Parts: sequence; structure tokens; C-alpha cells
Amino acid sequence: MTQMLYDAPRYLDAGEAALSVEFGDSVAPEINAHVLALGAALRDAKLPGVEELVPTYRSLMIHYEPLTISRAELVKTLELLAFQGASGFAPRARWRIPCCYDPALGEDIAEAARILEMSPERLGALHVSGCYRAYMYGFAPGWCYLGGLPPTLALPRRASPRGATPPGAVLIGGGLSLIAANSMPTGWYVIGRTPERLFALERDPPLLIEPGDAISFESIDAASFFALEARALRGEVVAKREVLP
Amino acid sequence: MSALLRVLKAGPGATVQDIGRRGFLRFGVTPAGPMDAGALMAALLAAGDAQGAAVEASLGGMELAAEGGEIGIAIAGGAFDVRLDERVLPATCALNLVPGARLALRAGAAGAFVYLAPFGRFDLPLVLGSYATHARSGLGGLEGRMLRAGDAIKIVDPRPAPAEPMAIIAPWLAARPAKIRVMLGPQQDYFSPATIEALLSARWRLSERSDRMAYRLEGPVLQHLRGHDIVSDGVAFGAIQAPGDGAPLVLMADRQPTGGYPKIANVIGADLGALAQLRPGDFVAFESVSWEEAVAARRARQQAIEAGVTLEPLLRKEFSAEFLLAQNLVGGVVSAREAR
Repeated sequence: MTQMLYDAPRYLDAGEAALSVEFGDSVAPEINAHVLALGAALRDAKLPGVEELVPTYRSLMIHYEPLTISRAELVKTLELLAFQGASGFAPRARWRIPCCYDPALGEDIAEAARILEMSPERLGALHVSGCYRAYMYGFAPGWCYLGGLPPTLALPRRASPRGATPPGAVLIGGGLSLIAANSMPTGWYVIGRTPERLFALERDPPLLIEPGDAISFESIDAASFFALEARALRGEVVAKREVLP
Repeated sequence: MSALLRVLKAGPGATVQDIGRRGFLRFGVTPAGPMDAGALMAALLAAGDAQGAAVEASLGGMELAAEGGEIGIAIAGGAFDVRLDERVLPATCALNLVPGARLALRAGAAGAFVYLAPFGRFDLPLVLGSYATHARSGLGGLEGRMLRAGDAIKIVDPRPAPAEPMAIIAPWLAARPAKIRVMLGPQQDYFSPATIEALLSARWRLSERSDRMAYRLEGPVLQHLRGHDIVSDGVAFGAIQAPGDGAPLVLMADRQPTGGYPKIANVIGADLGALAQLRPGDFVAFESVSWEEAVAARRARQQAIEAGVTLEPLLRKEFSAEFLLAQNLVGGVVSAREAR
């Protein structure tokens, strides 16, 4: 995949109350690093009138109240912040997510392994070896898209979607990995499951992974999965979080 | 003291909504909230709590009753047919629903959404800080779903409602533009000047395949210059996106926060409610405005909402709202600022 980082970010209006800052037009770690760096800097800046930030693979959407902050003022601040570039980006936390690749739980791992012409065990071993970054959430609440999938696991999405994902599904598709907190039909392949409840309404914070966090997986067997799941259902956070300097 | 608001009948698409779920967009959580925020605000202000929630009913209509006590209800939205038992009421009104009476709303002369705000608070849990229902992901409102016959929602902390039905005067509801105003972008460079001209000159018909997530428009095909797949980026309320078949979709309250089709333009905030009130089969035209024009329209609307609503006895209904305001005959002003 070619990296297409623009020479300068583009400031694109989505109506008078949202601005998309676009750094490139492909899915690439360097482009996404610029998006996340700007998002983190803008959150820290706490500008009055800036309401919500939505990072995606290649752009940051800023929802703002134009009666509080003008587009010109906003862009001026963004230019200052973006000038610092992606060198300002560093993940603030690293998560170790337990994941069971047993075909009983990773429902599609055998199918994906056949397409990739490898054994399910090899697929699981490659997936767990990856160092991932939470690029963005999208599609449904708690669907977290991860960059950093080993290139040998890149496979096209299904032509037509499979049924609803099980809770805590870990998926691959289109050269990315994905953790899906909620059940939804998808064109991706379920290769494992985490017992962690990454999205729990009653918990504060309800969502554990912030966009930009570093992610790695820890392979567990089915017995450990069910033991950890029971603990997670009692309200315990079973994934491990490490704060990065 | 509390009373139950009982749903006797509900057409498809009736939900509980407040101004929307804020602060979780970056986690993929849709804000949901009202299709017509101005109409929701009119009902909430008349009922005395701008931060509250209301029932949003659609073309399928709704019938409600009060059990165990009376419930004040403020109604605002499209020109629905509103009846309290046999009595025909104005489409935008406040009334006291007493046990044994039946409040019926049916699609009327125009409009697709209407809001019923209780003079009191729904006894429902806040989900991620909001009462807004997003049925697709099962969040908020009553059990995360649409309302149906037999449901009952407890109303707590009741506020006094007018003993006799009153008309609600909310001047911004009358300000419906002839054309829906849009700002071009964010991906207008995916379309030729001729296609942009087609967007702005066509008479678009609202498709039957329209819902809280997206309004589908029927008209000329919007040709893409460079393919219809873009890398996902953010999506705002009112984004006009052109999927592969070139039939534009306007993304509405239940949209996903991100999406992967080029967006030729975005409806401005001040006109989202007017767009939402269109019905399948209605025609709509767009005009392009600048950021400054969009903000001026937003400011005018915001100032009107902050000035609040007035409640007016029905006897004076034959006079126009403007006349009554000019004569200073109306009382009971409730402003958004005070209610906040």
C-alpha cells in the first residue's frame, strides 16, 4: 500500500459545524499518526466551542459550535498544532488483551486459514505476534479498528456479510484487525474472542481503549477464556493496561 | 406523586429522544437525538425543561393515555392531526392529559415528526448521559427500542400544566425555507462541476426508503469522477453522500459517525429540521451557501430559540402569532436560557 501523506493537511467543511482535517487518502500508520497527534493536541488545548473529535484512518473530524469559535480561529489553532507533526504522537497506554483463538470461539479461523493457505494454529500465532494501534472506532458502538496486522494475514472482506458477531469478537479483514464489542453482522472473519468487556455501559469509563492506544494480544485457551469471562462479567477489568511515559 | 404515560397505539418509529448523546462519537457511538431539533426544543421549552426528553412520533401516529394521575404534555413538530378525545387541537399545543382521556396524533397536512414532551421527567435511565434512543444499537430510551402499544413510562417530578389546552407559539417553527441550504464538501472534488450543478438544480423526490438513519433522494444520478469508495472519514448530520449507484443519501440523526462514500455537500444546521419534516413523495431542492451564511442562519435560529416559546389561549387562535406578539397579548414566556 502506498503511503499518500499530503504535503499539508486539507481543511474540509462538513457543514458549518464540522471540519475534517485530512492528512492523506489511504490507510497507513504514518497518516494515522498525524490524525491521532492532532486529536491529542486539540483535546489537551481544550478550546471552547470544540465539542467532539472523531479520528479516522486518515482524517480528524472536529465537531464544533461556530457561534462560539469561528472556522478561521479553529483553523489557525489547528495549523499551529499540526505544524508540530506526527513526531508529537505517542500512544498514551498499552493494552494486553486476552484472546482465545480456539476454533470453538474464533468461529471463522479455519475458513480464514484456508483462504490464507496456512493452518489455524499458524494464523493465531501470527495474529498474536502483531503490535497493533487503535486507529479508529466506526461502524457500530465499540467497534475498534486496529492497524499493525502482519501483512501475511491480509485477506479481502467477504462478498456478503456473515451473521452477527459473538461478543468480544476479534476479527481480520481488508488488511486490518478489529475488536467488536457489540454483536453485528460483518464482512470480516472472526478469528478469536476476548473475554474482556471492552464496552460496558455501567462502567466508568464505559469504553476501555482510546483511539491511539497500543494493543497487543495474549493467547489464552478456552478454559482460561471462560474463567476470565466470568470475572469480567462480575465487573473486573481482565485486560492489562500499562500507562506509557 | 407520579403517573404513568401509557402507549395505547404506536406506529413504527416512535422513540424517546433528548437533544442527543454527546461525548462518545470517537467510540463509534451515534448521537441519535431528534430528527427536528427545533421542534423538540419547542416542546421541551413549553414543558419547562430544555434538558429533558420527549417522545418522537412519526407518520404512523400514536395514541396515549395517563394512568394514576394527570400528565401535562407539550406537542410540537409537523402539522399533525391532534385530538384530545373528540376535540381537535392545534398541531402545536400544550394540554393536560387526565386519566380516562385519549390523546391521538395522526399524520396531518404536512410533516413527518412530532414531539410530545411531558410536564415532568421520564423515569428512564440515562445511558451514556442521554435518554436518546438509538434502536440499531439498542441504546437509550425505553430498553433501547422503539415504543409499542402497551408500554408505560413513569413520569416523575411533575410540573403544573395548563388546565385548558393552549397553543404553543415558537416563531422559529414557521421559518421553513423554500430551498434547503447546503454547504458544498467535504468531498465535492470527487464530482464534476456538472454533477454539482445537477445537485443544485434538480427537484429531488424523497424516497419511501427513508428513515432516521438516512433520507434517500430520487432524481438524477450523481456521477463520481474518481470512484465511489473513499477511505472512511467522519460524517456529520446532513451529509449528502453518493454511494455507488449515484442515488444520494442524506445522513440523519441515526447515522454512523464515520463512513466510506464521498460526500458532495452537507445540509446546514438551520435547515436540518425542515429537511427531516419532508415526507416520502415530497420534493425538495437545494441551494449552496457559504460558511458565513450558514452561521448567520444558525445564529438567527439560536436567538429565536433562546427567546423562548409562549403559550396562548386557544380563543385567540384566529390571530396570527406575529399579530399577537406585536400586540404583546401573550404571556407565560419560557426562555431556553431560564430553563437551562
